[in-house]
Parts: sequence; C-alpha cells; structure tokens
Amino acid sequence: MEKVYIYKKFERFWHWSQAALIFFLALTGFEIHDSFQLLGFEIAVAYHRIASYLLLGLIGLSIFWHFTTGEWKQYIPTISKLKAQIQYYTIGMFRNDPHPTIKSARKKLNPLQAMVYLGFKLVMAPIVILSGLLYMYFKTYDANDIIIISDIPLEYIAWAHTIGAFLLLSFIVIHVYMTTTGHTLTTNIKAMLTGWEILDKEDKSTSNSEVEPTKEKEK
Amino acid sequence: MNKIITFTVLGTVLILLALNLFHKEKPLNLAQYELKQKYAVQPSSSVDHSKFTILQEQFDTPQEVTEACLTCHNERHKEIIQSSHWNWERLAYEEGKGITSVGKKNVLNNFCIGASSNEQSCAKCHIGFGMGNNTFDFENARNVDCMVCHDGSEEYIKGSAMAGYPDRSVNLNNVAQSVGRPNKINCGACHFYSGGGNNVKHGDLEEALLSCDRNTDVHMASNGINMSCVDCHTADKHQIKGKLYSVSSTDVNRLNCDDCHGAKPHHDELLNRHFSKVSCQTCHIPTYAKENATKMAWKWSEAGRLDENGNAFHEEDSMGNHSYLSIKGEFVWEKNVEPEYYWFNGQATHYALGDTVSEFPIQVNRLLGDAHDSKAKIYPVKVHRGDQIYDPETKLLIQPRLYSESKGDSAYWMDFDWQLSATAGMKEVGLPYSGHYEFVETEMYWPINHMVSPKEQALSCEECHTSNNGRLANLDGFYLPGRDSNDWIELLGNILLWASVAGVFIHALARFFKALSKNEVESEDIKYD
Repeated sequence: MEKVYIYKKFERFWHWSQAALIFFLALTGFEIHDSFQLLGFEIAVAYHRIASYLLLGLIGLSIFWHFTTGEWKQYIPTISKLKAQIQYYTIGMFRNDPHPTIKSARKKLNPLQAMVYLGFKLVMAPIVILSGLLYMYFKTYDANDIIIISDIPLEYIAWAHTIGAFLLLSFIVIHVYMTTTGHTLTTNIKAMLTGWEILDKEDKSTSNSEVEPTKEKEK
Repeated sequence: MNKIITFTVLGTVLILLALNLFHKEKPLNLAQYELKQKYAVQPSSSVDHSKFTILQEQFDTPQEVTEACLTCHNERHKEIIQSSHWNWERLAYEEGKGITSVGKKNVLNNFCIGASSNEQSCAKCHIGFGMGNNTFDFENARNVDCMVCHDGSEEYIKGSAMAGYPDRSVNLNNVAQSVGRPNKINCGACHFYSGGGNNVKHGDLEEALLSCDRNTDVHMASNGINMSCVDCHTADKHQIKGKLYSVSSTDVNRLNCDDCHGAKPHHDELLNRHFSKVSCQTCHIPTYAKENATKMAWKWSEAGRLDENGNAFHEEDSMGNHSYLSIKGEFVWEKNVEPEYYWFNGQATHYALGDTVSEFPIQVNRLLGDAHDSKAKIYPVKVHRGDQIYDPETKLLIQPRLYSESKGDSAYWMDFDWQLSATAGMKEVGLPYSGHYEFVETEMYWPINHMVSPKEQALSCEECHTSNNGRLANLDGFYLPGRDSNDWIELLGNILLWASVAGVFIHALARFFKALSKNEVESEDIKYD
C-alpha cells in the first residue's frame, strides 16, 4: 500500500463546487417543479438562474482543464473488465474478492465509472444544460426586439429538463453511495477532499482477502 | 506575519466587493414616477360657465339647456350623435353574422335582461331626454343631455322612470353654470349603479371609488394619485376610449394599462416577460368588490313569490343586500371575490335578440381567444351566472316586458305574469313567441379592469405556479411551470429515483450483514471511535 496524490487541487475544487451547485440546482429546481416549498417560487427561480450561470462557468473551466491536462483520456470507455467490475459490485465484494482493477493517478476510474461518468458528461449534463438554456431564453427578445425560441413548445423543453433532472438525481444517489465502497467507508471521500488516497501498488497484480486487516495495522 | 496581513487585506477587499455586488438599493421606477408627476396636476377649466349670460337665463326644460350649450359648442352635438353612449349600439363585424349592430338596443344581459320595451325606466342611463319607447328620434340634437356627464354641481340626477329626463327637483340653472370636465360621479351615476343598485353589474366599479384608499384602488384613491375616470378614459370628439365587453365586441379604441405604463413596466425582466400572455389586471387585481358586494348570481326563475297578502316582498342577506325580490328573483352577492381567469383577445360575441340557441348555459356574451391566439392574454373575469326566460320552441331567449307605471299593462313587475310579460315584450321587439316558456341557465362575462391593488398585494408567483389548484388551474393549452408536468416523466423519474435509493439500501444492507458475520463491524467501530 502507498499514499498517492491522486486528485489535484483544481480537480477537487471543480468536483466539490460542481457537487454543491448541482445539489442547489436540484433543490431550487424541484421547488420550481412544485415538488415541495422551501424558498418560495420567486426566490427559487432567481437563485436557480444564478446557480445555473455559475455551473456553466465552472463547466467551461473544467472542459479547458480536462483538455489542457489530457485528463479527458480518463473517460475513454473500455469494455475490457467492465463485466468483471459489475460482477465485483454485485457478487465479488461480498466474497471479499479483490478489486478487478487497480486505481492509480494515471487511471483513476474503473471501466464502469468511466462509462457512467462519460454518460454524465455526454448525456445527462447536455440534456439539462441545453434544455435549461432553452428554458431560460424561451420567448425572450434579441437585440432587435425579435422574439427568439418561440418555435419549440415550452412543454417539450420542460419535459427534457425534468428527465435530465431525474437522471441526475439517480446518479447522485448511486454516486454518493459508491464512494463508500473503497478500502474503508470514507477512503474515497477523504481522497476527494485531500487529494491523497491509499492505493494498492500499481505493479501488484492481485491482492487477497487479508488486505483489509493488514491495512488497518498500517494505519 | 506578512502572510496574515496579506490575507486580511485580501479577505476584506473580497467581502467589500461581495457587499457591493450583492447589495443593491432598489432603483427608482422613473417611468412610474413621471406618471405620478403628470397626473398629480389636475387640468383646470379655461372658462367659468357661470359668467355666461346665456346660462343665467331661466331654463324651463332641459332641452333649453342643450340649446344654450349648442350656441357656443355648435358642432359637438354631431359628435354625440355618433357616439355609443347616445346610440346604444355600434356597428361591428361578427363571424357568421356579417356586419351587425351591437349594443343595448339588441343584446341581452344577465341582469334586468334587456332595455327593449322597458325604455321608460332604462333610459335613466341614456344621455338623452325622452327615450320612453322604441320610437326615439336619434337625430334630434335638442334631446342630447349634456348635463348628465358635465354637471359639476353634483345636483343633477335623472328622474326614476322618466325616460331620461332630469328629476323635477333639479335646478337647471345651477347645473348649467357648473359644467366642466366630467367627475367620477358623472360617470359613476350610471356605471356604478347599473343593474339596479351599487356594484350590481361590474364588481370593480362602484361608489366606494368616489372616496377610497390605495388598498381599494391605487389610481382613484383619495390618499393616492386620486385620478378621475376621464384621466384614463380620454375622449377624442366624444368617442370615449375603453371598451365594456358586455356590449362591445371589437378590439378597437380599447384602453390598456400599457397605454400609460408601457410594455415593460417592471424592473424585473422575468416579470416583464409575462406581458405577452398575462394581462396586468391578472396579477394586480387579486380580488374585486373590495368594499361592497357585487351580484354573482341572479335567478329569474324564483321571481313571483308573493306574501300571504299577495304582495311583493324582499329578503336580505347578512351584508344587507337583497337576496330575494319578488319582482326579480333570487340573488347571490359576494365581497372580495377572486376573479375567474380566461384567455381573451379583445373580441367578444353577444347574444342578440332573435338568435336561436340550444346549448346551455347560454353565454349572453362570450370572450374570445385561447392559449394559441397570439393576441390573447389571460384576464381576470367576473362571471355572472343565472337563469332567464326562454322559449323552448322557437329557441329564443325572451325579452320580457318588465316595467310599467301601472298594473294591467303586461309588465311583470306589476302583474307577476310571465305569459303576459313575454307576449308583450316579444311583440314589441318583433319576434315570435310560441306561448311556452321555461328558464334556462345563462352566463355573462365581465373582464375586471379596475380596483388595481398596491403592488405589494399583487399575486405572488405561487398563486399560479402551483400544481395545487392555483388561480390558473382551469386554463389549458399551454405549459405553466410549477403547475404542469408530464405524468409519464413523473412516474418513470420517480421509479428511477426510488429504485436507485432502494438498490443502494439493499446493497448496503448486504454489505452490513456480510461484515457482521465476519465480526468486522466491531473492529471498525473500535477503530473509528
């Protein structure tokens, strides 16, 4: 085992501010959807808009970061070991089987994560962002006082936005839960907070059921 | 140490910056401020009519006053003779009917039904003298009643059932010398008391507006800008701006809030965007009939009950309004009424005498427009419901004869006999009557435009943007955020969400039991405690 600096400063800032914004957008968004009452419709709408602009800015920064650092390659999906990863979460981990993949700074995401996160970036986020922008600028005026976005019925825009929101909610539930499946319950969350994570050595091809107790001793 | 200083300075700068960015004084609404300045000064008359010798002569008949007026204002009578206040009708194009004339002469209302055959009484609100029956000469300028609108003495009143002639108590000289720009009471004398009492018809026009505070009406409030009717309802050549859709049907010469307030009256862009689909009145008139109750229902079918001595009687409700009158039937009055909301594009159709109908309730006037109509907006509306006398064989609504001075003249209010009343009324308007009558449900639609509340009392977003029976719950054809959702998306979305939660929970439980069986939980507990 070794302590590895796996999440860089920007990465952590991006993750946590995005998490906070998505939580806040879900809260205000579902209030606008009349799922519950908390801030009041008017304030919820105003804050939802501000948060959405902040999220857009943040996503802009993160896209820049991913491409300049080459981190985008982390999300290239592979199907090798995808099945093994699914088997691990459904069966393997109850038999104390080893992780089928090794996490490292070079390869932070297991195949299932890469697939899901890519889905997040290519499906869920675009659905809510594009429908959100259409929603926000629906029947507004351009510089020449000509009405824009009047051909798409508002209900289609709203439906797409709601579908995206439900997908994201479901993602959050599972994502938050999956953070507890590291070496200990809090290993992964601590890593995302501090950047440092205790990982198996990359060259070590297998580990066995005795890993857990030894690791505890190390600490 | 240097680091601490740097951080303190930086922190302070950031806090100050944030304060500056997020704290904004509410800016002055300059457009509204200018309007207030404009209407703060009331126009004053450039002449004093009491100094004209012609108005100091003794007047024996009201027509002599009119003649005196016309010696100076020698073309004004032509304008009056063109006006709907005089003619009680306007020409309009109506789909399916072509060019028709629409007005009090031929449309029916949901209150005293119609003026035809009852002119002697109804002409109390005609701007002429002597319209006692349907033979009135609409070309005779001598019969124009200038005083009813221009009296400044508050002394002029029209006599009851005197065909539009002034009450005998009126001193015509006083009135003639006081004339000027119409005051609230000049308009209100008819428009407040139409239908036989204060606030019976409109719901948003009543005598309380003569002296009210801003909570009742921000425009007419005595402690506010104290505007009079004609400040907004301006008149070019006596053609007064503004439409009342109980008798009007076209979207011309209409008076709109944005004539003064503009199309972007709020500082909030999001609120301004409502302008294209939501009328100002919808949010800014949360309730009407704020001071005195208005009549919401009128059942003619209940009329005619007499007391043990065979006399007409009346009953009152808890607010002191007539809930029953033998001559008119049963009424429902309400105060502080929440309007109903309808799409309305400025066009209306009317039941005109002679129209056959077989769908009930009959809408004696119908506001046109729907969500897909680019000119339609959501308006607050008073809907007056009731029933009226109807001929099931000819399928015509019946114009009954109601008023007469004495018994034995077929008037319902004297003889309490619908058969006679219907026969006489229909004969007078030249329509057939089969001899059979029944009572059918009728509705009348009154867009609400007055009694604008202070902005603090305007509707909040939630009153419409809610799925829980909001104010616009009954309007369809459009997506209203907060009110609407797609049932399938809601169902599948919730299944997805709760399946995720359940899946996660089951997975966690399985891990917990697995750990328990290996006694790992205890070891972990020790470690983390």
